Amino acid sequence: MAYSDKVVDHYEHPRNVGSFGSTGDVKGRNDIGVGVVGAPECGDVMQLQIKVSEDGVIEDAKFKTFGCGSAIACSSLATEWLRGKSLDEGLAIKNTELVQELSLPPVKIHCSVLAEDAIRAAIDDYRHKNDSGDADASGAAGQGSETESVSQA
Amino acid sequence: MSVTLPIYLDHNATTPVDPRVLEEMLPYFTEKFGNAASRNHQFGWAAEEAVDRARAQAASLIGASSKEIIWTSGSTESNNLAIKGGAAMYEKAPRTAESGRGHIITSAIEHKAVLDPVKRLMREGFDATFLEPPADGIVRREHVEAAMREDTILVSIMWANNEMGTLNDVPEIGALCRDRGVLFHTDATQWVGKMPTDVERDNIDLLSWSGHKIYGPKGVGALYVRRRKPRVRLVAIQDGGGHERGFRSGTLNVTGIVGFGKACELCEQEMDQDRERLLALRQKLERSIHEQLDVVQINGHPERRLPQTTNISFGFVEGESLMMGMKGIAVSSGSACTSASLEPSYVLKAIGVGDELAHSSLRFGLGRITTEQEIDYTIEQVVAAVNHLRAMSPLYDMHKEGIDISKIEWSHH
Ligand SMILES: Cc1ncc(COP(=O)(O)O)c(C=O)c1O
Ligand code: FES
Repeated sequence: MAYSDKVVDHYEHPRNVGSFGSTGDVKGRNDIGVGVVGAPECGDVMQLQIKVSEDGVIEDAKFKTFGCGSAIACSSLATEWLRGKSLDEGLAIKNTELVQELSLPPVKIHCSVLAEDAIRAAIDDYRHKNDSGDADASGAAGQGSETESVSQA
Repeated sequence: MSVTLPIYLDHNATTPVDPRVLEEMLPYFTEKFGNAASRNHQFGWAAEEAVDRARAQAASLIGASSKEIIWTSGSTESNNLAIKGGAAMYEKAPRTAESGRGHIITSAIEHKAVLDPVKRLMREGFDATFLEPPADGIVRREHVEAAMREDTILVSIMWANNEMGTLNDVPEIGALCRDRGVLFHTDATQWVGKMPTDVERDNIDLLSWSGHKIYGPKGVGALYVRRRKPRVRLVAIQDGGGHERGFRSGTLNVTGIVGFGKACELCEQEMDQDRERLLALRQKLERSIHEQLDVVQINGHPERRLPQTTNISFGFVEGESLMMGMKGIAVSSGSACTSASLEPSYVLKAIGVGDELAHSSLRFGLGRITTEQEIDYTIEQVVAAVNHLRAMSPLYDMHKEGIDISKIEWSHH
């Protein structure tokens, strides 16, 4: 199966690779939300970190992904789209938009779902850390436990 | 140093037809197009003569006699005929609901072309054991011996594994089966033509191999069926004109058979030099990768493998993305992302390679056309791609921070 030019471009020149610190480091930072979804046994792990300004705008986003080229491209593209968006706008990003933009074939749709999960998990994490009064909003966004970030056992 | 892209390093999947094989085949498409079963004119005689010559070439490669070679469409068919035809012939009688039709021993690392016929037989009243080899991937005599039962009628163990290249104890398992009077089949698709074979010395009753893995054409294969000590009988699974002594009806694929024969002859002549050359190249590939990258592992036994095959897991990097980074190099991967089923390799799983490392595996299959320059280029590309991907891998970060990835509770979906 051939990859689309856009997937190849993201693969070769991934945007915003990295993190604002290890999962442990950023745990105590209230301006950062972290989402880690997937599992190594499934062949895909995405780590997405967002940095949110005081007025609720996603200033910066960084990713690290273990997965196929499409998974890498989805997470790279997601960081581009998240930058400058509000949290609600971020939550509105749909996996189908990633699929369309990257021309993913049907077998790669789950890679885009994972990226959507990562976005939700990162935003949820940020909201949990900050205002407990806003719990309804994160609850509404909730894919529930599916999007829980990893906890070290 | 110059290489021409793309580079083909997937010779366990299939091989190119050797130009000498093609040349031999060509006249049989046009001038000598006769049906080998036409006994009463020269078109038929010419075809029959060519088929006989090919039969002798195929028999010679494995130390058999011409009469013991049955032409098929490839190893899938050879395996089906050996397993289903053998089980039907040797099933336990009388049949009662309690006792079942007989017991079959095979291994969990076989190709689907063995596993699925055995599974079908299970649905039809046979019982089966699927041996799981230890971490080195090698099925040994003692594993088979421990699984033997009073009602065991057939053992089918592959000679060389297609994913790892590991070599099972086939001659020893053959000896055990001979002692116990149990029919022994080996799927030798990856072995024959690359390694010396002697069905007498190695105690084989039934052996499958395929043209397209030995620089011959696709769609043609052979089944060796022992004729003496003991004489092996099979129930045909395809009915028709009674070709191939009734074992396999159907007009012979004369062009394919001619190519198969020539391919066998070339393998016999060139095996020793090919083996030595490819082993040196494979070792160079493995050594260089080990020197330049951390957390890599060779899957299966480090030495007991085909000279031209290696299967390597690159920790914290997913196989499909790795292939994408190795520009212009054709290999294959045990990663789920490359398979339609989205399941990682069942072979690596069976020998206890964790799913994560199965996703990270690549198989390199060298072949007759592989050059040292190609291997040098491949080493460069693999190392660069692994480094590129590890810079993006959250798992590599965790590894460097000393976090044990297996102890994390991941969110499965
Ligand atoms: C071990 C083994 N058995 C069987 C087969 C199937 O062979 P064929 O393609 O000739 O049917 C293959 C090839 O994919 C193989 O590697
Ligand atoms: S991560 Fe496995 S198919 Fe994309």
